[in-house]
This record gives sequence, C-alpha cells and structure tokens, in this order.
Amino acid sequence: MSEIKAHFTLQLEGFALDASFNAPAVGVTALFGPSGSGKTTLLRCVAGLERAAGSLHVNGETWQDAEQFVPTHRRPLGYVFQEASLFPHLSVRANLEYGLKRIAPFERRVPLEHVVEWLGLNHLIERGDPARLSGGERQRVAIGRALLTSPRILLMDEPLSALDTASKQEILPYLEHLHRELEIPVLYVSHALDEVARLADHLVLLDKGKVIASGALSETLARLDLPTAHFDDAGAVIEAAVAQHDETYHLTRLDFSGGSLWVGQVSQPLGALVRARVLARDVSIATQQPHGSSITNILDARIDEIRDEGPDKVIVRMTVGESHALLSRITRRSRDHLGLSAGMHVHAQVKSVALMA
Amino acid sequence: MTSLDPSDLQAVWLTLKLAGVSTLLLLLIATPLAWWLANSGKWYKGMVAALVALPLVIPPTVLGFYLLLLMGPHGVVGELTTALDLGRLPFTFAGLVVGSVLFSLPFAVQPIQNAFEAMGRRPLEVAATLRAGAWDRFVSVALPLARPGFLTAIILAFAHTVGEFGVVLMLGGNIPGETRVLSVAIYNHVEAMEYGAAHWLAGGMVMFSFVVLLSLYLVGARFSKVVK
Repeated sequence: MSEIKAHFTLQLEGFALDASFNAPAVGVTALFGPSGSGKTTLLRCVAGLERAAGSLHVNGETWQDAEQFVPTHRRPLGYVFQEASLFPHLSVRANLEYGLKRIAPFERRVPLEHVVEWLGLNHLIERGDPARLSGGERQRVAIGRALLTSPRILLMDEPLSALDTASKQEILPYLEHLHRELEIPVLYVSHALDEVARLADHLVLLDKGKVIASGALSETLARLDLPTAHFDDAGAVIEAAVAQHDETYHLTRLDFSGGSLWVGQVSQPLGALVRARVLARDVSIATQQPHGSSITNILDARIDEIRDEGPDKVIVRMTVGESHALLSRITRRSRDHLGLSAGMHVHAQVKSVALMA
Repeated sequence: MTSLDPSDLQAVWLTLKLAGVSTLLLLLIATPLAWWLANSGKWYKGMVAALVALPLVIPPTVLGFYLLLLMGPHGVVGELTTALDLGRLPFTFAGLVVGSVLFSLPFAVQPIQNAFEAMGRRPLEVAATLRAGAWDRFVSVALPLARPGFLTAIILAFAHTVGEFGVVLMLGGNIPGETRVLSVAIYNHVEAMEYGAAHWLAGGMVMFSFVVLLSLYLVGARFSKVVK
C-alpha cells in the first residue's frame, strides 16, 4: 500500500491539533489553511519533529503508532524549512553533502551531479560560503540538500514565504518540475492559494487544527461549501494540452475535454500538458450565445450550484464538458435578471486565463 | 629592586598548571551541563542554574571554608576519598583543582549555555531531517556553532583560575611547589615587604589579564562580523 495515512492529536498551549488525512503516493499534496490552522505543526508531526499522539504510515511503513515512534533521523524523508537554514559553519558543498554522507551508498538514488545540474548549483558551490548567497539561492541549496538524502517523501514548509517576489519567481519553476523530476510524494504547506493552484495535485484543507476537506485539487477548489471558493482569487484549475499555435495573432489553443481555450502564445510544444487557472471573477455568464463580443473563450456550461456571497455577490459553480468545474462570481442582480438556477445550460465567457507551467 | 627567585617561577608554573588542568576539567563538566541547561524543561532547572551561578556571588573564602570542611577528615567527601584510598584533598594540588573547578564553574557554563541557546533548535532539527543521530548532531552542528561560546568559556575559566586567591588560601594553604600559586606568592612578598618581587608578579598578572581580555574582545568582534 503506497500512500500516506496520518492521524495526529496534539495539545499545545492555546492550540489543539486533531487531524487525519490520506495523501496519494504520487504528486504534490498541499496542506492548505490560514496561519494558525496547524498545517506546519502537522508537517512537523509527519517528520517526527513534533511528538503528537496518533499514527503515521508512509508507503506501507509504520513511522508512528501506539507502540513505536521512529525518530526523525531514521525516517527517509527530505524536509525544506521556511528559511533555508543552511549550516553557517559549512561551505555550500558541505551543506549539500551533509545528508548525502549520512545515507548508505546503496541507498543513494539521487546523484550529486544530477541535483547540481537540475537546480543550477554549480556556480553557487564555487562561492563557498552560504552567507554569500541570496535568499533564493540559499533555498535552492536547501532543496538540493534535502533531495540528496534520496528521500521517499519530501516535506516542504512554505519554502517560498520567506522570499521576495523575485526570488519566488526564481524558485517556482523548480518546484513546478518536482512532479516530473521526482517519483516521490511531496507534502507542501502553504497559505497562498495561487501557489497551491500552481503546484499541487491534491489538497488537504485545514482550519483550527482540523482537516475540513481533502481531495483532488480541481474538485476541492470548486467546492462551494469550502472557504477556498470564497477567496478573492478563487477559481478553477484546468489541465489542458497545447493543440495549436497561431503565429498570426500570437495565440495558442489549449484543448481539454470541456472545450478549447485560446491563450497568449506559449513556448511549450504541441501536445504538452499545461495547467491553466481561471479565476471566478474573470468568468461571466450569458444565457444566449453572445455575438459581437471581444471575448474569445466562450464555453458551454451547465450550472450546478449557486451560493450567496455577501449582500451583492453570488458564486456559481458550473460544469463544462464531462466533469470540469468552472467558477464564476457575478452580482446577485445578474443572477435574478438572467433567472439563473441549477441545471440551466449557459455560456461561460472567460475573460482571462492564467497559465502555470 | 629585588628580582624573582626560583620559588616565584615555581609559583608561576604551578599557577599555569592549575589553570590548565582546571580549564580542561571545566570544559568536560560545563559542556554537558550547559547543554542540559539550554535544552531541559525540567522544573528543577532553575535550581541547578542558581547553584551553578552561586560562586559568582559568595565570597571565595566562604566557598573555600565549606570545601575544607567537606573534604576534611570529618567531611563527607573526605571520608569518601579516604575510603577510596585517595587520601585527603585539602593542602594538595588535587584539592586546589577541585576548588578551582567549582569556583570557576559559572564562568565556563554560562558562555557555553548562551551559545547553545542562541543557536536555537532549528539547526539541530535540520540535521535530524538529514539523517544525523543525536550524538552526530551535537558534534557536527552544536559544537561548531557554539565555538565562540567555548572560546569565551576557555579564556574566562583560565583567567579566573589564575587570579584566584581566597579559595586557594582556605583550601591549599601555602606549600611551595604544591599549593603556593601566584596570588599567594604575591601576598607572601607583600607580607615580607619585598615590594619589588611583588611588583614583578603583580604587574605580570595585570599584563596577562589585559592580554586575555583584549583577545576575548578581538575574537568576539571577529565573530559578530561573521554572523552578520
């Protein structure tokens, strides 16, 4: 049985964690919630850095139950902290090799050269002293250092939150490739919805020390009963394939089972899978096929559910194609004027699409 | 101006030996103690910390007096050392070492404890996630990161032992080659109105102390630059 099954209870001063979740053995699972929701504590429990009551099974191995508690240094995990936390008394190279040296040679599945090349660490190693690296560079070394222990699960605690925007942009591409580069599951703690939408495949939602929902990313983000659908930047995530490049207008067509979306030209080749995010505030609804509109992307959709959001707004969940969810935030007046209700067939006009990876 | 006689040189040598041996023992005792004080959450931690700091505030003669009683023929420690065939400690070099170690304990423990506390838990947690066991973490991360604390502890403990008088006098007396250290030798010279010899030794000690403190501050300044 290759998956992560966790259940922890922990009583701290002014805070109680009582969380259970399962995560698949592949892909990135985001532990998402507001600050103080216990997501970092939960991750620390998985690592064994916090000693909670409960049980933890990873890839069929028991890391913790009523009888045993495997100490952190015996768990085959990689951990990336919020701050890079490089050892200041060691060189960049010695930092990278710290964990590598401590695993048996036959367990080394990740060669140093591979990590150095992938994360572009060569010229960072040459600089010697970690103090001479920028924040983003330090975090890259920290990620490399964790990967070099050939972990069977990677734990990341808001690895971007201590970085400025430029450093974030520097690290994100590497994180986006984590799925492809690694065949191990990743638990990723974050309180930023855009980060989660970009990186995660699976979502575990936390609030006040409890898991309030968990499931596949696109399904969970489209659930109107969860707080994530009511964020200002709430939206749907769609995986689509690059289908056509239009050189005349510099556009690219993305196909998915619910239809097509035209976006600004991308560099990926035909057939490549990309992830698109459609924010609820960028989707409007028409009951008749609009004519003479500047909006290119109009998808046939069926309304599933409408919920009030404050005095003036409602949020509408629609399905396009077989099963793709789409969110739209419109005024309550528009809902009444158009007479929108669940089950209606409508035209969803997508004003903008954000491409991620 | 009278110059130094061989017994003075003997006193200098004895002082350095006492300080060296005491500092070495202090490191062995203070390191685990400082580690425990920095990391323990036990309720009696405050009591232990206060006990360790006690020599800072009680007069050396008081400490020496009680040690003399403890290690004497009717003291608990004295009976133990006699039973173990080690003889009695007062008026021996070994007795001086015991007194010095206790007297200088806070000077060794506190800088190391501060260094461990300043380091925080994070580096050790990082090391644990990188497969380092407890002892490995201590040696490969905690000790190197606490190095400035150790430097301070070594210098302070050594210098403090060199300058000690009260405990030595109460516990060791004035036996040439065995317990007559520098501070006692100076006292003897002054008693005998040999101010010249006293000047040589006392002046030398002032110089020595100054050099010790200067190096301490230079090391400290260099370290704080590295940290930034």
